[in-house]
Amino acid sequence: MGLRDDQVERYSRQILLPHVGGLGQEKILAAKVLVIGAGGLGSPAALYLAAAGVGRIGVVDSDKVELNNLQRQVLHSTKTVGELKVESAKRTLAALNTDIEVIPYNMRLTSGNILDVIKGYDIIVDGSDNFPTRYLVNDACVLAKKPLSHGGIFRFDGQAITIVPGKSACYRCLFPEPPPPGLVPSCQEAGILGAVAGVIGVIQANEVLKLILGIGDTLTGKLLIFNALDSSFRSVKVPKNKDCPVCGEKPTVTRLIDYEEFCSLRRKDAK
Amino acid sequence: MPIKVRIPTPLQKITNNQADVTVKSKNVRELIEDLNKSFPGIKERLCDEKGNLRRFINIYVNEEDIRFLKMDATPLKDGDEVSIIPAIAGG
Repeated sequence: MGLRDDQVERYSRQILLPHVGGLGQEKILAAKVLVIGAGGLGSPAALYLAAAGVGRIGVVDSDKVELNNLQRQVLHSTKTVGELKVESAKRTLAALNTDIEVIPYNMRLTSGNILDVIKGYDIIVDGSDNFPTRYLVNDACVLAKKPLSHGGIFRFDGQAITIVPGKSACYRCLFPEPPPPGLVPSCQEAGILGAVAGVIGVIQANEVLKLILGIGDTLTGKLLIFNALDSSFRSVKVPKNKDCPVCGEKPTVTRLIDYEEFCSLRRKDAK
Repeated sequence: MPIKVRIPTPLQKITNNQADVTVKSKNVRELIEDLNKSFPGIKERLCDEKGNLRRFINIYVNEEDIRFLKMDATPLKDGDEVSIIPAIAGG
């Protein structure tokens, strides 16, 4: 397809990289990435993917921008408070890079719609903020064989893992089931340092770019653990689990599950 | 040299805000009991009523998940580092 002059100029600093080059940039421009959640993780992830020139970026979120989001959700700004997050996200990303297509999905993912949404994308980024969505996204990506970059944050902690279905461990190989309602506090109740979301979201963008380019080693088969207080990165091994409920030898999860929503704050919001 | 146990943020309330504690346990089962003696209530956060490790919390000895070693019979030796890692969902 070849790159236009303005594309050569815009992406010159990454085209210079021996691992990227013109061909690598063409791969990035042809890539379709779905970012689930335009929040703390989805914001930095989508910004870096858009800046790098990912040709089509889908953004899924059902919320509106609130003032208390702005401390970490850098896609949004003071003047977009009250707008749909996906519309605010689309404008920010389109302003950053006119070269790409941004598709907003103002919806909450469910077992009934997720496969249709992820169908049109090569790679999925999970930046959602609750366990039911995270397990739904993992299971859907395993069933649809879509590579998934998972990130999670809590207070000063962050986690990231990359899942290539059929090849590496999935999220249920790591944690077979979500916690029951009420046992784990949500972000809204527990708090989060904005920069922690930035660190993990940018790691997710980096994972996606490596998957697109086919370079380096991704976080497949290992969980990266970041702690902001001691600035430490550690990783632990995550082997494929033959007893995994969704990708093991005898799967018990053979269709998608809508887990009970257990964040009481969110339940109240939804009404 | 004792065994260092890394306590995840959600459980640090129980450990008086300590991010790591040390124990001298011989295996993971003993470690959970020893932790519970020093920090009552931590066991029920880690294990269900039957005493099995909860399915959204993992224990690692060094970099290895005990589910792929000998579960709670996984032996511990001086200098090992144990990490308790729960699923976190914030975004």
